Amino acid sequence: MTDKFQIVSAGSALPSDARPVTPRNLPNKGGSPSETVAAMSSRFPGVVLHSEVIWGDTNIYIASSRVVEVMQWLHDDPTQQYNYLSDITAVESRDFEQPIEVVWHLRSLPFRRFLRVKTQLEKSAALEVSSVWGIWKAADWMERECYDMFGIRFNGHPDLRRILMWEQYKEGYPLRKDFPLRGRFSRSEQLRQALAQNPEAKYSMEELSIADAFEDLPEDMRGRLGAGERTGE
Amino acid sequence: MSGNRTIEVELSTTGLDAQGRPQRVPLVTNDGGAPVNVSAPQSMEPELSGDHMLINIGPQHPATHGVLRLVLELDGETVVRCIPHVGYLHCGFEKIGEYRQYNQIIPWTDREDYLNSIGNNVAFALGAERLFGIEITERCTVLRVIAAELSRIISHLVWLGTTCIDIGAFTPFLWAFQERENVYNLLESWVGARLTTSATRVGGMAADIPTGWMDGLRQFIRTFPHVIEEIDRMLTKNGIWVGRTIGLGVMTPEEAINWGLSGPMLRASGVDYDVRKDFPYLGYEDYDFDVPVGTNGDVYDRYLVRMEELRQSVRILEQAAKKLPEGPVNIDDPRIILPPKSKATSEMESMIHHFKQVMEGPRPPIGEAYVAVESPKGEKGYYMVSDGTAKPVRWRIRPPSFINLAAIPKMVEGHLLSDVIAINASIDIVMGEIDR
Repeated sequence: MTDKFQIVSAGSALPSDARPVTPRNLPNKGGSPSETVAAMSSRFPGVVLHSEVIWGDTNIYIASSRVVEVMQWLHDDPTQQYNYLSDITAVESRDFEQPIEVVWHLRSLPFRRFLRVKTQLEKSAALEVSSVWGIWKAADWMERECYDMFGIRFNGHPDLRRILMWEQYKEGYPLRKDFPLRGRFSRSEQLRQALAQNPEAKYSMEELSIADAFEDLPEDMRGRLGAGERTGE
Repeated sequence: MSGNRTIEVELSTTGLDAQGRPQRVPLVTNDGGAPVNVSAPQSMEPELSGDHMLINIGPQHPATHGVLRLVLELDGETVVRCIPHVGYLHCGFEKIGEYRQYNQIIPWTDREDYLNSIGNNVAFALGAERLFGIEITERCTVLRVIAAELSRIISHLVWLGTTCIDIGAFTPFLWAFQERENVYNLLESWVGARLTTSATRVGGMAADIPTGWMDGLRQFIRTFPHVIEEIDRMLTKNGIWVGRTIGLGVMTPEEAINWGLSGPMLRASGVDYDVRKDFPYLGYEDYDFDVPVGTNGDVYDRYLVRMEELRQSVRILEQAAKKLPEGPVNIDDPRIILPPKSKATSEMESMIHHFKQVMEGPRPPIGEAYVAVESPKGEKGYYMVSDGTAKPVRWRIRPPSFINLAAIPKMVEGHLLSDVIAINASIDIVMGEIDR
């Protein structure tokens, strides 16, 4: 194990005298875009819909159908090497007509670069985009959270379940703009639902399959679970 | 995993060998005190291999550091599968932020990673200032560096203390929490609060440091290294500590990068990525400090990295205390900074500024900004999107311990049940930040 261990250095592809600088006095719009934009445009013609520089960071808008292909290239290409996935999130505008944006924040540790990749999902169609879990394992919980909060389905994610809300949560997706701050249901309805929960059913069926735990449950509970009563967190 | 590494144990019991593993000593002696070999018991235990067991840890359990719940599948004492459940502390911070002005969000940042509250205040203010296009004053920059490093010391001390308790050592916990009190006393005399500091404002700080505060800081810088050395002497070569931490939860550098780990978790695996060095903010490139990097990526290396970070934080504090310039803390812009109360009640113009700011709030231009800082847990980022109104369209927290915790199934599988506690402790999770 020790012999194949090497220190991975951030900024290793830069010249040795390159010194990072605290960004100062950045313009709101404009500035020199990242080198990645030109490279991506020539590699994937038609996929880069638009790019802009805001407060010094480059935004690239790509077609939602080609996400995995582009991300795989960003991760693997020796001139790009975006090997670190900082964040996946989504943004819904206050203007209902605007599409929902899915945002990936990428870092290239060897080149010390930062890139924001976006894709737009029209609300009229199904909110679906491909998962990048196969490229960065870090996407696992980020995509689950994005699904939980916005209802965006990440196709190809191995275990796309709600993560912060419980699995039987029925009020919708909390960070959507049409979701009221106080919740969709009244306080009395929320209380009624909370009291109606079955506190015994705290394991999912998958967990109950471990160690034949299902077989050890009391007869009446097995009956209720068998009759389709939902279980989970 | 890392069996080829030897720690020269200084503090140990007679029952442990040089690697900290228990020595098998016969328990039965004859009349002269010489050990007697006892033959193994003849009765056979029932054949239980392949019979798995379901174990639930948490959400109310002292070793899960909050309301984390782990569902474990065990084969004997070995973990076969780990299913984490989070969300018991979900408060919807990001949703609430969309209904608040920028300065009103700062108290919420205290409450997510509550061990690093002043560091979160600094991070949020930096993000909002990028969005507003503000350049803060020199004095404010240095004060924020002091705040961020004090906050790192608090967080690492709490990590150290609680991890010691988890693994079975009680004394270093008391030493660590004593020092943490000293930092909290400093913070209290600066901003008036200990835990929920709300110390920054967009464009400056809530308050300048009081007279004589720097003497208190210098006193702390002088005494704190002795405590680190004491804890170091107690733990680093302690047979039990080494035996309970070495070779657990190993992540290789490639895995650590791919799983998005950050902070001490990533650096213990041998990746020298530190936001302060690689994407600096607050002028960190002008400070002379080292980034500790581990080699094996196990729990013991994470401990070593955090201990060294404590020493490096003291170095940064020393330099910051030397270079703290005189001058104003807040920028000179009445559209962003509130006027002093005395002026707001006596001058017409200041009163108008005060009214406009409190009722409407400062408005950033349309745009978006992702600003990441090196929090004690890792890369903490605030992503803010503005549509030109006084409230953000989207306020996203990039929670480092959430993403570090996502790797726990990979780290614990194959280890013993008692090691799950040590590995979980080494991630340094704060559920307030994970569930938000």
